[in-house]
Amino acid sequence: MRFASLGRVVGRMWKGRDVITTREFTRKDIEDVLRLSERMEKISRGKKHLPLLKGKVLATLFFEPSTRTMFSFQTAMLRLGGAVIGTAEPKSTSAAKGETLWDMMKLVHECSDAIVMRHPNEGSARRAAESSDVPFINAGDGSNQHPTQALLDLYTIKQQKKRIDGLNVLLLGDLKYGRTVHSLAYALSQFEDVTITLHSPAQLRFPAWMYAELKESVKIREIPSLDLSNADVVYATRIQKERFADPTEYAQSAYVLDAEKVATMKEDAIIMHPLPRVDEIAVEVDADKRAKYFRQEANGIAVRMALLSLVMTGR
Amino acid sequence: MAAKKKEEGEMRVKKIENGVVIDHVNASKAPAVLKLLGIDSTFPGTVSILMNIPSAKFGLKDIIKIEGKSMAENEINRIALVSPHATVNIVKDYKVVKKHAVKLPEKLEGVIRCPNAICISNREGVPRLRVEQQSPLKVRCEYCERVFTEEQLA
Repeated sequence: MRFASLGRVVGRMWKGRDVITTREFTRKDIEDVLRLSERMEKISRGKKHLPLLKGKVLATLFFEPSTRTMFSFQTAMLRLGGAVIGTAEPKSTSAAKGETLWDMMKLVHECSDAIVMRHPNEGSARRAAESSDVPFINAGDGSNQHPTQALLDLYTIKQQKKRIDGLNVLLLGDLKYGRTVHSLAYALSQFEDVTITLHSPAQLRFPAWMYAELKESVKIREIPSLDLSNADVVYATRIQKERFADPTEYAQSAYVLDAEKVATMKEDAIIMHPLPRVDEIAVEVDADKRAKYFRQEANGIAVRMALLSLVMTGR
Repeated sequence: MAAKKKEEGEMRVKKIENGVVIDHVNASKAPAVLKLLGIDSTFPGTVSILMNIPSAKFGLKDIIKIEGKSMAENEINRIALVSPHATVNIVKDYKVVKKHAVKLPEKLEGVIRCPNAICISNREGVPRLRVEQQSPLKVRCEYCERVFTEEQLA
């Protein structure tokens, strides 16, 4: 659905709403989702049955590889009694024949009550949403945004730290192409007294335009060397080899959070990662009480259940 | 002094019979203006470009004279992206019949491509940018959300 402005919208109702970018989220929006997510936890684990979305159909379109986001959305819909249609194979869709996203959405919205899509082109979420008459949820548009990941990240932070206000969140790794850090940074900017600390290889620095925009509403700074000691949340992301033309540069840029580095962290800090990880968190860290990335991953189902319920039923 | 310099600028290229004269183009931005207007080697008319001419108002300026060209308002306003003080003179039978000051519209729909190569608006041919700040110029793509400066747009 088309909205007049890209600006931040205050107090918009949830029913029928598109979820495209965390730039449009207010604190209340985020808190609505987090509150409902908490109530969805038992249902997400199959311990309680609540067929809120019985008779509804969710279309999931993944034009880029995904395991956890796609499974998480599909499970969320099934746990709420709804049905799922979709594809994870772009070659099997009419996009392979050259059909535009705009035209394809005209078909998909006729077949479904909500659409979830991941697509390699930036801005594809906005384009698809404008063509669709049913609520649209962005599951990743190129390097731009991944808003539902940010919601489950905040849910995990709130769950583990009991608050979001006042925290120092350290974002590590590929901050240029990493859509999860872009979405998380904008979502964090809605909270009080948050500090966003950035550390990345020089080639993969946080986009300058986002930095300039966020600076207006949140404390944000870059640090030249890896220092985990001040962070309440260490949010690690994967550095993709294919971003480097020279493999030696990749080797120099890569970082590993191992037991030795994690020992410098605050006792009550937490380690998060949107997953999948490659080498950036050593397996030995999994046993550390501060490692919360698998908990974070599991939280995705409850958060997506809350979001699907909100956009399809308004509650 | 100013009048003499103006005269010098005009003397370098003879008057056109029918077409447009784009004056007060920012110095060295004439090629960028031509690119914005889609004028390339396939354009059939005569195009004269004067670059880095002394200007009383701006120090230096460019002038473009395009023979046989007519311009719609949105095409005229597009020039403001790279030259916010330009004026467009419509010439008929060697006389200026209309003078337009360029004005950047708030919304640039179908005017310029998004500079982000992987933006969906380029793939589907639906560029839509919004001017968020006039000076210094700040333009946002309504699809990929990126913000661009004047240098990035040119």
